[in-house]
Amino acid sequence: MRSDAPGHHHDWLDDDAGPVVRPYTMTGGRVEPSAGRFDLVAYVVAGPPYEDGDDDPQPPPEHRAIISLAQQPITVADLAADLNLPVGVVRVLLGDLLGNGRISMYDPPTSRQFPDDDILKAVVNGLRAL
Amino acid sequence: MDSGLSDQETGKRRIPLALKILIAGGFGVGKTTLVGAVSEIRPLQTEEVLTDAGAGTDDLYGVEGKQTTTVAMDFGRITINEDLQVYLFGTPGQDRFWFLWDELAFGALGAVVLADTRRLADCFPSVDYFERRGIPFVVGVNCFDGAKRFGVEAVRSALDLDPDVPVVLCDARNRQSGKVVLVALVEHVAARRAERVAAT
Repeated sequence: MRSDAPGHHHDWLDDDAGPVVRPYTMTGGRVEPSAGRFDLVAYVVAGPPYEDGDDDPQPPPEHRAIISLAQQPITVADLAADLNLPVGVVRVLLGDLLGNGRISMYDPPTSRQFPDDDILKAVVNGLRAL
Repeated sequence: MDSGLSDQETGKRRIPLALKILIAGGFGVGKTTLVGAVSEIRPLQTEEVLTDAGAGTDDLYGVEGKQTTTVAMDFGRITINEDLQVYLFGTPGQDRFWFLWDELAFGALGAVVLADTRRLADCFPSVDYFERRGIPFVVGVNCFDGAKRFGVEAVRSALDLDPDVPVVLCDARNRQSGKVVLVALVEHVAARRAERVAAT
């Protein structure tokens, strides 16, 4: 289990490593994000989409997919479902993108006073109107 | 805590508010059915690093050092309005996935504990979990076809619930019925909040 970014030399793949669990190959074997906590209902908002040639090396396709999906605010859970990837993998990818300054994260408020009565009333009315 | 791009870069987009409600209860009690009845349900893969709780249960031969297991959960989203979304998360029923609950429960508005009167004991762990953490919950008694129906008071007594915990009879397959359970939960949350404000 590593949390540092993999280099070009995959020194974590030695004779003792055994097979890599497949979805984590796209995280370079990392299971913990390098930054951020990423609640399932935290929103992700991406900066401008990648343009050809503006990055070297080219970003991996999963990064492109996340940037594309997060042009509108999207939750971590929805991202994982849209990408059909395990949440743990998505969190590692989001950590990299957060580190690169490509995305913003908005965690849900956690105050004891939250949500207030107006929000709760709106939820009740909204549920009844479904 | 917000982080990353500046306001200018995100174009000062309004970020919606997402509320989290957990749907708990024993295995096969109808959690997925309820989520599917009231929202558009989607599968969520959680590839989790195994704790000791799962040792000996999963065959990890050959992947030593990469002890992960896939836990499939369901979630659904209800759009209240463009600024407000309600997310429903079905909690994994098997005991060995308890480690997922803490993450799901963090910041949750509250929980629905689904109960089947034929196997009432199956929901005891869920009731204990939310009671201990002070997370508001309601009990939805899923009335399966042909299941012996017990009254609300009989269920309340059997579960030894606090008097203020709502118990609602429901049919998890029915959208209207599912809505009634969710409304009961949100109203319960509001009532508890009002009490707390009154007490301070």
